[in-house]
Amino acid sequence: MSVPSKEFTHKHAGHCESGVMSTMLSHHGLLLSEPMAFGLSSALNFAYLPFIKLAGMPLIAYRSMPKAIIKGLQKNLGLKMKIETFSNQLKGQERLDELLAEGKIVGAQTSVFWLPYLPEEMRFHFNGHNLLVYGKQDDVYKISDPVFEDVVEANEKEFLKARFAKGVMAPKGAIYYPTFVPETIDYERVVPKAVKTVAKRMLNTPVPIAGLKGIRTLAKSIRKLESKDRRYARLFLGHIVRMQEEIGTGGAGFRYIYASFLQESGKILANETLLEASEMMTAVGDSWREFALLIAKSIRSKKSETVDFDAIASKLELIADEEAVVYKKLLTAF
Amino acid sequence: MEINSVPQDNSTIYNGQKRALYATSQDGEYGVVASSGWDVEEEATMQAVVELERLAEEAYEACVDGVISPLEFHMYSKRLDLLSLSQATGLFQWRIKRHFKPAVFAKLSDKILARYADVMGVTIEMLKQLPKRES
Repeated sequence: MSVPSKEFTHKHAGHCESGVMSTMLSHHGLLLSEPMAFGLSSALNFAYLPFIKLAGMPLIAYRSMPKAIIKGLQKNLGLKMKIETFSNQLKGQERLDELLAEGKIVGAQTSVFWLPYLPEEMRFHFNGHNLLVYGKQDDVYKISDPVFEDVVEANEKEFLKARFAKGVMAPKGAIYYPTFVPETIDYERVVPKAVKTVAKRMLNTPVPIAGLKGIRTLAKSIRKLESKDRRYARLFLGHIVRMQEEIGTGGAGFRYIYASFLQESGKILANETLLEASEMMTAVGDSWREFALLIAKSIRSKKSETVDFDAIASKLELIADEEAVVYKKLLTAF
Repeated sequence: MEINSVPQDNSTIYNGQKRALYATSQDGEYGVVASSGWDVEEEATMQAVVELERLAEEAYEACVDGVISPLEFHMYSKRLDLLSLSQATGLFQWRIKRHFKPAVFAKLSDKILARYADVMGVTIEMLKQLPKRES
């Protein structure tokens, strides 16, 4: 049986990638909360890519690309990670077992669809789910999946299937672990840099598919649903809510996690502006939840009733305005 | 969102599990709160699940009628669509569409069938037929 060389503590997190990084770095002596892992990697974003389809629906994301948190933390904290992928499944399994036998805890990219401990309704073909493997007993992997309250398990065969699922963003058995973990974080330097990156990106991205412009483009698309097939229109709206709430975002499409990060940073740096921005971001999160509620009501409504697309789109435009104020404030924080 | 307004709707899709949400205490302190689900999220998830079930059901009926091969049924029942099946198998969409025709499907080699079976996690035998249903 493989067990970690040091006692391992599982932590329940809002999101998989930030949860894995928070737990992994904390295990290696660098105490880092999940919101810090999310905030310091500048992961907050918005993207609406109508030309990239997922299950027949356009890609809508509330955070940056998968692996952006791992990469962002390396860049901003001086952390070094080793990511290994495999063309041969058996080699991928042997390597993981070898690392576990050394007492390491190992991050892994998997497909949600093949994880046996996931409730049936939650299993969709998404290949970007991150989790931690912290041990192995006989042919069963001991897993710390951040979005679960307690630790879980998967047997060799099931786990291999999840690690080597095919399709978009195929994980190719990707496993990762740190090779260098800094002892401290220079918050004075890193927080301003990470915060400004997000604020500028959201305010200034010139293309209408990302940042605040992306949110406004989505609002326009919602207005256009009026003339589209009714079933498609309802599925499209439901899809937005799923991306915002179901895909492990800590609530309101990562806006609450980010508000938590701003609060923590504001306290560490004794920065009043960050604390105020945190409260504003919480209010933004509440607006996103109201937006989701508005959509749920319209999906629920009887087929014969018309959906008020204009009201939903207007709500979204208000959110973009609200977010703009927060990012402008953040640019004045340092 | 304040801790007391975190939804605890005992969502059926969570299967008794809880989700971590970020919420503030009365004095504004952020922390993680375990939520048993939110009706709004459940609504959206179930909508997607039901839509796939509807497509699978349509395909099932069409296959019983001999109009299409079982492949299209298995695709939807495994929560795939033409695009994702194409991406996972590496087969062009037009080829997969051809394989939806019963006559073409019947002549497929085990090699091609194995590619479908692998990404769907079923055996070739299972792929060739529809699951039995009580009617």
